[in-house]
Amino acid sequence: MSEFLLTVEGVTKRFPGVVALDKVSLGVRRSEVHALLGENGAGKSTLLKILSGAQYQDSGTIEFEGKPLGHELPHQRQQLGIVTVYQEFTLMPNLSVAENIFIGREPVRGNFLSWSTMLREAKKVAEKLDLRVKPLTSVYALSVAEQQMVEIARALTMKAKLIILDEPTAALSDREVGKLHQIVRDLKAQGISIIYVTHRLAEVKQICDCFTVLRDGQYAGEGQVADTSIDQIVRLMVGRNVEYMHGEHHKGEEVVARLEGITRLKRLPGSQAVPLRGMSLEIRKGEILGLAGLVGAGRTELMRALFGADLFESGKVYFEGREVTIRSPNEAIELGIVLVPEDRKQQGLFLAHSVRMNLTLPSLAKLLVCRFFIDRRKESALIENFRKALRIRMANQEIVVGTLSGGNQQKVILARCMALKPKILIVDEPTRGIDIGAKAEVHQLLRELASNGTAELPELILLCDRIIAVKEGRITGEMPAMEATEEKLLKLMVLAPHEQHAHIDAQ
Amino acid sequence: MAQTTAPIDKVVEVEKKQPFEWVAFLQKFGVFLFLILLIIFFGSQNPRFLSIRNLFNILTDVSIYGVMAVGMTLVILTGGVDLSVGAILALCAMCGAAAINGTGDTRSATPDPHKFGGLSWLIALLMCVGLGSVVGLIQGKVSTKFRIAPFIVTLGGMTVWRGATLLIGEGSPISGFDTNYCWWGSGSFLGVPVPVLLFLVVTVVGYVVLRYTPYGRHVYAVGGNAEAARLTGLRVDRIVTSVYGIMGFLAGLAGFVQSARLSSAEATAGLGFELTVIASVVIGGTSLMGGVGGIAGTVVGTLLIGVLLNGLVIMNVNPYFQQIIIGVIIVLAVGFDTYAKSRRGRK
Repeated sequence: MSEFLLTVEGVTKRFPGVVALDKVSLGVRRSEVHALLGENGAGKSTLLKILSGAQYQDSGTIEFEGKPLGHELPHQRQQLGIVTVYQEFTLMPNLSVAENIFIGREPVRGNFLSWSTMLREAKKVAEKLDLRVKPLTSVYALSVAEQQMVEIARALTMKAKLIILDEPTAALSDREVGKLHQIVRDLKAQGISIIYVTHRLAEVKQICDCFTVLRDGQYAGEGQVADTSIDQIVRLMVGRNVEYMHGEHHKGEEVVARLEGITRLKRLPGSQAVPLRGMSLEIRKGEILGLAGLVGAGRTELMRALFGADLFESGKVYFEGREVTIRSPNEAIELGIVLVPEDRKQQGLFLAHSVRMNLTLPSLAKLLVCRFFIDRRKESALIENFRKALRIRMANQEIVVGTLSGGNQQKVILARCMALKPKILIVDEPTRGIDIGAKAEVHQLLRELASNGTAELPELILLCDRIIAVKEGRITGEMPAMEATEEKLLKLMVLAPHEQHAHIDAQ
Repeated sequence: MAQTTAPIDKVVEVEKKQPFEWVAFLQKFGVFLFLILLIIFFGSQNPRFLSIRNLFNILTDVSIYGVMAVGMTLVILTGGVDLSVGAILALCAMCGAAAINGTGDTRSATPDPHKFGGLSWLIALLMCVGLGSVVGLIQGKVSTKFRIAPFIVTLGGMTVWRGATLLIGEGSPISGFDTNYCWWGSGSFLGVPVPVLLFLVVTVVGYVVLRYTPYGRHVYAVGGNAEAARLTGLRVDRIVTSVYGIMGFLAGLAGFVQSARLSSAEATAGLGFELTVIASVVIGGTSLMGGVGGIAGTVVGTLLIGVLLNGLVIMNVNPYFQQIIIGVIIVLAVGFDTYAKSRRGRK
């Protein structure tokens, strides 16, 4: 019997325009907790999807218990013993705990559900996990941590041999994290292997045995946690010691907007938004301000709060010297604050409609003839201007925006926002999912515009004048981009404040 | 010289020559072709079908549905639906008639033609469209403010307004309007029946609003992607509420015309109209998911139903069988539309 439970070798996965995984390898031994690490966009999620059977690799092999895996469907992979607990929960909120645990594999007697078996088994597994809820409680009434336990309980009842935990602690409090760690140790003691994806490096030290690091879709290194310092891991995650060409950096003086103590602790209905814990910052005229933070750090949430897309509980917003209350995106846009949203397809575009409609929608009031009608000539001229200025590649103005490439779609949204002549342009992950050439063009546009946004690290250092680091709904540091390095920023992004001090002391 | 024409669509000049795509063509014009085929078929079966008189008959018959279908197109474009239009039609007609009924006793009373100096029709008309708009706006507001699906709000509205109509009319019709009033239902202008003219006006206005005004774009945007619309700065709730207001206005207008045509306002008027109206819009290619479709398709859909009903009657088809045919056609039309879209999506 081989030492390894799971071996991934040379796995490559391409998406249109991007290589998400490039000859990645990973080996997980029996009853080991294996950390899978990497920055956002390093390819972790793609690898998890391939392991769980949601997607298949283009080339490379995966062996599980010595047998090569083929094109099994997700539920077949689960029967083999590979169970994934995703970051976004897959529970049905209106069903009970017991029903959720056994969904799709309900115990039956004849043709009918065997409630007694289901309840007994659910109770048993809940006790194992120290989950103190009644099996008949509806899942929506549970806390996030309890929901996570239900997901893990489901994995246990599937007789999992390998459990993949995708950022299980992202939404948990410290006490809950401790409990989860105990469960992970118990599972390990029962001979179950775990792939543990996390951004909290302290956690890796606490519960993981081995780690594998991915970077830009490639294998970057692996090792025993015991023999490696956090510093070494960070260096593996960041990788290259590339010197970036800094553009001409602005030093904005005049403050356009100031946020003071923006706080929202309640959960937003129907979303996994991160709580904001008293965030304050200044936005100066003519500068590009970068917000550095991992997924779930609260960057997007803070920007959406400023834009009026989500409301917050306390905190003040000053705009051009006056205190303002922004209750909706409409009010933000009237002030001159415009957002390029994070999710281009869900939040930005009208995919079934023309470039024309997408680009001019908020500016139509300025393109009228006879008071009521859209002046098509003016409108066409405006689109043509932006097409030239932004080098948008499109056959004509009536083409359906969903047929354009990702980069060109993003440019259409940028053009739409620029047409409003904003005073503050908020850009959330402007280059996600677009190819390198288009990335460079989007960068240049933002430089020309001098705006602010959030993005990948090298992108931030290259692009911004000033960078603010964000972690768990708090602002953890600020520095001029001239002084920033990826390592410095990443430490601010992944370590808790007290860990940072300890860390500096150690150096 | 004053130029007040709407700007002309210049889509044609940028279109490139491409190999002819049958599926795409049929998706766009399929229902229209089917309408033409039906007309030819019925014409060949019975020459009476193609007489000017019968064609005007068809148009007059569909004009009441058609006026409402224009409003329903807006509603469905935002991703909603309005089930209460038949009930609003009856309520408005009844209230309009009650307003000009001088006797105070609604029961089988005949309004006095001289009471308002021959302008009683105007009072009834204003009452109809005003009340319809208010009722529609209330439904829109309830739906957006309390986040209740329009389907539910208007399902409730359907019985509420019908009940209100019965209460106001005390269960019996108000009939016997003066000739000025009845002109709106059965008169004609330059040889064209008045209801047909009204249908034409409403259609043209609806078409122009949807294609050439910011409001029209907003309606498409809200139905296409409500969250993106909100983040683009559109006041989504206000736009959604307004389409129900417009729908109510047009249902009120339809109620006025219907009562003028029958010279009677009845509590059971417009019963089941909502389904015919929704069917016209959907057959015309407007997606129930919102964001896709338009007035042109709705007009074709409305005519298709009118031609079918009229043709089947002229051919003496069993009325029970007529219903079956219409049901099958609705499913086929929408089914083909979905098929064509999935074909294109796969390429």
